[in-house]
Amino acid sequence: MTALVLIESEHGKIRQASRSALAAAAQFGDVDAIILGNEGIDAAAKLAGVRKILHVPALKSALAEPTAALLASLSSSYSHILSAASSMGKNILPRLAGLLDVQPISDVVKINDEATFVRPIYAGNALATVQSSDTVKVLTVRGSSFDPVAEEGGSASVEVLEAPAEDGKSSFLRLEQTESDRPELEVARVVISGGKGLKDESNFHSLLEPVADKLGAAIGASRAAVDSGFAPNEMQVGQTGKIVAPELYIAVGLSGAIQHLAGMKDSRVIVAVNLDPDAPIFKVADYGIVGDLFEVLPALEKAL
Amino acid sequence: MKVLVPVKRVVDYNIKPRVAADGSGVETQGVKMSMNPFDEIALEEALRLREKNQADEVIAVTIGPQVAQDVLRTAMAMGADRAILIRTDAEIEPRVVANLLKVIVERENPGIVSMGKQAIDDDMNATGQMLAAKLGWPQGTFASQVTVADSKVEVAREVDGGTEVLSLSLPAVITADLRLNEPRYATLPNIMKARKKPLETIEADSLGVDLTSHLKLVSVAEPPERTAGVIVETVEELVEKLKTEAKVI
Ligand SMILES: Cc1cc2nc3c(=O)[nH]c(=O)nc-3n(C[C@H](O)[C@H](O)[C@H](O)COP(=O)(O)OP(=O)(O)OC[C@H]3O[C@@H](n4cnc5c(N)ncnc54)[C@H](O)[C@@H]3O)c2cc1C
Ligand SMILES: Nc1ncnc2c1ncn2[C@@H]1O[C@H](COP(=O)(O)O)[C@@H](O)[C@H]1O
Repeated sequence: MTALVLIESEHGKIRQASRSALAAAAQFGDVDAIILGNEGIDAAAKLAGVRKILHVPALKSALAEPTAALLASLSSSYSHILSAASSMGKNILPRLAGLLDVQPISDVVKINDEATFVRPIYAGNALATVQSSDTVKVLTVRGSSFDPVAEEGGSASVEVLEAPAEDGKSSFLRLEQTESDRPELEVARVVISGGKGLKDESNFHSLLEPVADKLGAAIGASRAAVDSGFAPNEMQVGQTGKIVAPELYIAVGLSGAIQHLAGMKDSRVIVAVNLDPDAPIFKVADYGIVGDLFEVLPALEKAL
Repeated sequence: MKVLVPVKRVVDYNIKPRVAADGSGVETQGVKMSMNPFDEIALEEALRLREKNQADEVIAVTIGPQVAQDVLRTAMAMGADRAILIRTDAEIEPRVVANLLKVIVERENPGIVSMGKQAIDDDMNATGQMLAAKLGWPQGTFASQVTVADSKVEVAREVDGGTEVLSLSLPAVITADLRLNEPRYATLPNIMKARKKPLETIEADSLGVDLTSHLKLVSVAEPPERTAGVIVETVEELVEKLKTEAKVI
């Protein structure tokens, strides 16, 4: 069996979530990786355990339509086609599955055998074991559930592929990015997240950032905080935001709705700061402080 | 232009789902069911297009058992013009949902299929992308803003790195993210009016689509339970515990 993994790069490196997908793929047999655009090709060729890199320079904006078509044209050589359960993977892989008329399997957290997988359903309130009868299995995998392959140690060959002709039905206009020097949310060792309790955008920055700086933490947010404009959408943690499992997760002024817990309850150690002793977040927290975040956060910054 | 809105009946998002004792699934008997929250948003967007005269008819469609017509009544109470129930008692996987929806799209010829990005029961996040593939249409997934002009639609999408903006030719499939809009509530007079709107029922097995699943549900289990820890009195105590007990800082 051979697996093909659609991988992503960022600042010339291969994203950790993609390296986790490669680790998952290695459970099936040989692994090839496919990478779009012109960034990260050298890094890809060094990844541990990859047999061959398929490099598609033309598809740099990773539009779903041509990318899925290309993957479909390659699918007969593979038993499994995977990616990280990233926004890119979730956009493209189900479309590939649609072209192949197979049932994709999203957010895999465990591989039992080549056809049997575990995935969370109902915002992580249940774990489903599912078995696929498709000849090509199309999966997205949760980065936090598989230890990534090493960045170095491999020596894959690189083969350049032409992209299929574009049908002109979709075009990329722009990407609006928020630049940040902080560690990436999904791979940070420490995450501090703020909720509606921070009251406004300026508090969100002035209270969370000094603590995050001391801990080298990434900053996350609840949906209510994002909806209220305290933080950009890519900081949202939860069922519909990012899934994180850091060593330490500090939840400040957020209630702990099940949709938020879905994104962080696999963190190793959880700390909660909330005025309300009955807030559901305390049910999952290892350490809680019942108190006013406007006092607790400055004190925490000092104590660190 | 018609807009077709696929809506799914799911366990209400306020209910904490319980795994059935025999591990066969999640309890749905006697549990409050509602329209999938993302589908309410997708429907709201369709209604707004009609209100801006960019669409002339909004059609809600669901695939499910007879009771699933509840969500179609809700959709019509919110403002959908008519509804279609594709009736089946079988468990239908997203791939089959996409195949059934394709038949309805080919019959109705909408300019946009506006649907949720994910159903909050199976959390699959796949049906829209599969439908778009099967139709050969472009897709705008995880949409946070939709602008229709000159037989094109501009879609702002929530992606890992920020917001991406695409231009798609119509017809297209759009899947709604949470921040696309705030769906309206159905008012009582509109709930009454919705009773008179047309609801067509089609038997799923009459559409020439194979309804069997490729993905078999083997079992469903509770995730490992987290237990509540301790409440500490001071920040100093917290930092001390994080250093010496949890050893995370
Ligand atoms: C389909 C769907 C998907 C969703 N997906 C997500 C998701 O991915 N992520 C997500 O986060 N949510 C998601 N939600 C929303 C979720 O249900 C909650 O509404 C949201 O998480 C609440 O955010 P919050 O905890 O910041 O706000 P609130 O629930 O309003 O909580 C604010 C908290 O702050 C505390 N507080 C207030 N002032 C202070 C103070 N001075 N000091 C200390 N504490 C204080 C309060 O006690 C309260 O507990 C989703 C909802 C739906 C329907
Ligand atoms: N049984 C169904 N009936 C109607 N629409 C559905 C059904 N299942 C899924 N959908 C649509 O597909 C979207 C994504 O679902 P899923 O791929 O299962 O996460 C939902 O938000 C609905 O818009």
